[in-house]
Amino acid sequence: MDILILLGLLTTGYVFGRIAEKRHFISIRAREEEYRDVLAFSARFPPPSAAPMTPVLVGGNVVVAVDYFKMTAAALRNLIGGRVTSFETLVERARREAILRMKQEARAHGATQIFNVKLETSSIGQGASGQSFSVEVYAYGTALLAGKAD
Amino acid sequence: MLVSNIEIIPGRKVIKHLGMAQGNTVRAKHLGKDFLAGLKNIVGGELKGYTELLQEARDEAVQRMVDQAKGMGANAVINVRFSTSSVSAGAAELFAYGTAVVLE
Repeated sequence: MDILILLGLLTTGYVFGRIAEKRHFISIRAREEEYRDVLAFSARFPPPSAAPMTPVLVGGNVVVAVDYFKMTAAALRNLIGGRVTSFETLVERARREAILRMKQEARAHGATQIFNVKLETSSIGQGASGQSFSVEVYAYGTALLAGKAD
Repeated sequence: MLVSNIEIIPGRKVIKHLGMAQGNTVRAKHLGKDFLAGLKNIVGGELKGYTELLQEARDEAVQRMVDQAKGMGANAVINVRFSTSSVSAGAAELFAYGTAVVLE
């Protein structure tokens, strides 16, 4: 009976996790194309300019949970070591999504450039509901708007 | 109040440094949301409840930092950084800090 529940969870995780990840990547690619004109730089200083600019702190965050299949696969991988590919895609998804949300906020302000972009990753570890793994990524930077405001 | 994570604001001059301003908040997860998140951990995907929770917490940390900077007489906070740490299982601390300055 227990093995059936486990297999059920694994299959559900595999099927739904796969579909969700595929959809998410399609949506990420589409939106990356859409926000191509909003440029994000990790440079600390904007190019020198005489014109006064107004900086606005913009950011985007996302929490993505891993599915049951991936969690099991990672646990098995832990025994022999090596690349945990199932978690690599998870973190990649979260990072790209966070950057997109940051760009979305920048566009809402009418900005097209974001400087000093920083990415912060933290794992939201085990909750009350037992073993779980999810990762939070927060992307933030300074969008520059033309003109001076206080 | 200008809040920025770059150190030099184009076209503006820092006339006074007032030291560090900081703000933090510790948030615990909601039991119901945590339960739903547990279910979501079977199929994977975004945990919208947590995304919102952390964003709210971060906004509050920034607000506290800004309040502190205001109290110091600043009109801008530059070089802002964020930091997240999990204090215990189920609670996270969001911390925002930066340099309070007076811009001309």
